[in-house]
Amino acid sequence: MNASLEKYVLQLADTSMILAHRLSECCGHGPTLETDIALTNISLDLFGEVRSYFQYAAKLSGGEKTEDDFAFLRTERQYYNLILTEQTNKDFAHIIVRQFLFDNYHYHLVEQLLTSKDETLSAIAHKSIKEAKYHLRFSSEWMKRLGDGTSISHEKTQAAFNELYPYVAECFIATTLEIEMLEKGIGADLEKLEIDFNETLEGILQAAKIVKPDTPARICQGKEGIHTEHMGYLLAEFQYMQRAYPNMTW
Amino acid sequence: MNKEREWPLYEVFIRSKNGLEHRHVGSLHAADPTMALENARDVYTRRQEGVSIWVVPSKEIHASNPENQGELFEPAKDKAYRHPTFYELPIELKHI
Repeated sequence: MNASLEKYVLQLADTSMILAHRLSECCGHGPTLETDIALTNISLDLFGEVRSYFQYAAKLSGGEKTEDDFAFLRTERQYYNLILTEQTNKDFAHIIVRQFLFDNYHYHLVEQLLTSKDETLSAIAHKSIKEAKYHLRFSSEWMKRLGDGTSISHEKTQAAFNELYPYVAECFIATTLEIEMLEKGIGADLEKLEIDFNETLEGILQAAKIVKPDTPARICQGKEGIHTEHMGYLLAEFQYMQRAYPNMTW
Repeated sequence: MNKEREWPLYEVFIRSKNGLEHRHVGSLHAADPTMALENARDVYTRRQEGVSIWVVPSKEIHASNPENQGELFEPAKDKAYRHPTFYELPIELKHI
């Protein structure tokens, strides 16, 4: 039981952490001072949530591992994040579209975890829900601003959406682990999550004048540890310090 | 960046606690008032500085001209009697 719960907790953590790392790559590069700080704030909020998950995973491991071991010392196949979040930063529209798709998923996910039978997951959700709500508000406003902005901003946003939307399907395809967690009353109901996600999505797309692409969904297995080529490069940078100077602290 | 393509400037006012007044804390650029509020939240309230935000387009603020300082403010200099310091207050009255 602890082993599957531990893996489920890691899955929740990894999706937030990998995106938080992607956002941290933008620090100092934001198109304006204000958006730079906003994206960095979101990154830090997510890292805060992730720490709680890893501390819980460390507890579930029976004290064999620490939060840092989970964050920095796994191999690529041992990270269970959604493929969407490891996609690289291309331009601001791309970052916003990825953020909006994640925030929409994340907010409705955390909303469900509020009532998880697992007390720690529920407590973490209570702490994260306000942040998640703000993130969704922030990225929704930017979707509308860019999508319904100038012809260039619209074009870039639509192109980013065409590229990233096919990754969304993975969010709602339940793995054996997710079915087990749902049956135990611990994990989220992905069918309900999909309905909530789509309702928010439709409203924003309409306001942003963005349309869904015809391209079929991508087959992704991030939740099983199978990643795109970006993940290796991401981890090389993310894990560098701990690999080069083991057990380093600051 | 071309001057005309820059986002307009907004002045930001934060109320630090309920019951206190909004105070000017700085300014920022934003394309519209919604964005100005969000930017103000991210730039000026990340360390729990406030419970309420006002943003005002800077161009809507009319300011006195520093060149007119003489006639505007100097006449008040020698009118100390305008300060209510010549009244004797009862001891019971504190914090005034």
